[in-house]
Amino acid sequence: MDNRSMKGWLYLLPAILFLGVFMVYPLIDVYIYSFEEGYNSASQTYYGVGTYNYSYVLHDPYFLQAVKNTLILVCITVPISTGLSLLISLGLSNIPRLRNLFQTVYFLPYVTNTLAVGLVFMILFRKTPYTDGLANLVINFFGGESIDFIDGPYWAKMLVLCLYTVWVVMPFKILVLTSALASVDETYYKAARVDGTSSTRIFWKLTLPLISPTMFYLIITGFIGAFKAYSDAVALFGTNLNAAEMNTIVGYVYDMLYGNSGGYPSYASAAAIILFAIVLTITCINLLVSKKHVHY
Amino acid sequence: MSKIMDFEKIERGARRTERVRNVIIYALLGLWALVVLFPFYWMILTSVKSYSAYNAEYIPQLFTLSPTLQNYADAFTAVPLARYFLNTLIFTVITTAVMMIVTVLAAYAFARLDFPGKNAAFVVFLSLMMIPNELVIITNFVTITNMDLRNTFLGLILPSITSVFYIYLLKENFAQVPDELYYAAKVDATSDMKYLRKVMIPICRPTLVTIAILKVIECWNSYVWPRLITDDPNYFLVSNGIQEIRENGFGRENIPAMMSAVVVISVPLILLFLIFHKKIMAGVARGGTKG
Repeated sequence: MDNRSMKGWLYLLPAILFLGVFMVYPLIDVYIYSFEEGYNSASQTYYGVGTYNYSYVLHDPYFLQAVKNTLILVCITVPISTGLSLLISLGLSNIPRLRNLFQTVYFLPYVTNTLAVGLVFMILFRKTPYTDGLANLVINFFGGESIDFIDGPYWAKMLVLCLYTVWVVMPFKILVLTSALASVDETYYKAARVDGTSSTRIFWKLTLPLISPTMFYLIITGFIGAFKAYSDAVALFGTNLNAAEMNTIVGYVYDMLYGNSGGYPSYASAAAIILFAIVLTITCINLLVSKKHVHY
Repeated sequence: MSKIMDFEKIERGARRTERVRNVIIYALLGLWALVVLFPFYWMILTSVKSYSAYNAEYIPQLFTLSPTLQNYADAFTAVPLARYFLNTLIFTVITTAVMMIVTVLAAYAFARLDFPGKNAAFVVFLSLMMIPNELVIITNFVTITNMDLRNTFLGLILPSITSVFYIYLLKENFAQVPDELYYAAKVDATSDMKYLRKVMIPICRPTLVTIAILKVIECWNSYVWPRLITDDPNYFLVSNGIQEIRENGFGRENIPAMMSAVVVISVPLILLFLIFHKKIMAGVARGGTKG
């Protein structure tokens, strides 16, 4: 190899080293792990090769609970956060003043530590012998009964988790949608208004088709992000998510790897690959649907 | 005459509907701003309530008349918050610095240098962007454990450096610098390294700053990897630290002190955001992820 091409690879070398060791190699290795049965991380030995790890994971009640939690979380938070952020962005693009101020405020949750702010949500929703918490105060005011949202019934815990997740993911969606709305050519609106088009019709026939690529981008990334939910749940319910019945698929992977029930990289790998397969399937479905409905 | 009246009437009516519409929009936007800001208000408020006052409130008070800073003193003395803070600072600074060097070199190679296999390598890099962290973290955990790097800064930092997306972002920016500058520099026998340092980096400084800030935010908030790789509280970062404080912090459950720890952890990033909010928002709009 001559001097010039050597130089090119030399500049790339650090990146290739890091990516090779911490990304490419693990990617291959995780598949190998997932098929090694009875792997022992201390002695680094295994009995045989097969699909036992997958069948173990798929029959593990904790995993099924985690899948159920994750699916509920995805089905609730993705539509709500996407719809709400669309409404807010439309509102933002329709006001003459204070737009920048609102945008900056709305973006604040993005730069906060999920674990830290989750604790604030926890004390807002928690019910202890000393206090019912602020959320229950509001519920009582409207004539409802106090509920413990952190250690109480399943649906209450799920509700807080969904609320917190929406609160966390909104900044990104609002930001992306506002910039998409701002980039729509004014002339379209002017032409529509000259024709006396009603604003509802402008929204459905003009705005929505024009920003549909962004909408689908947000829906796809939203699905992927929600499937990987984990730290929000830890922030609210603590590290022992299995006990709280609030574990997520990612949480299950990490618990298998390390922690109280840890030390099983094979099970963790199998669960991670199942997660990856689910996310890939959903993303493909999303892409197929978007091909039909997105206007470029 | 009556036609003019009609016109004025319609115009006045239209203006009135618009004003009503604006009031509704502002009210709803204000409501969401309240939802966003309230947790921050509540955390600051709780952090300045005294321990006894907080526990005496069966009905939480929306304000306090006797604020105290005692909780902040407790947060720094009763639990090793300062250590968590320092650990996170060290981790963030080193990870970001090394990431910047690796990224700049790789982006320069892709944008400016010519070598066989460049396009193939770029395609491989791009395809790595789609790899979810959850898949590779398992082997990385085993690798770092086998290298005896658990509970070390090296173990925390090494796998956190790679970020293909920033290489891509910077490469796009580097590619916009006109070729003529490069040829002129070559005529003057400037080395590539010197050209990179003296021309490329100053020209592309805004993008570099954006990348650095986004990485700092990512490092400051990282939770999963530090949790896996450290079980010695001496190496906890703030995310793990706050979990530790929550689970066995002050000996008794001390919510106000816990909230002051939360405030201390949140302040650096919020300051960073207030200073650089335009850059951060533009950078994230160009392709950040989270959620």
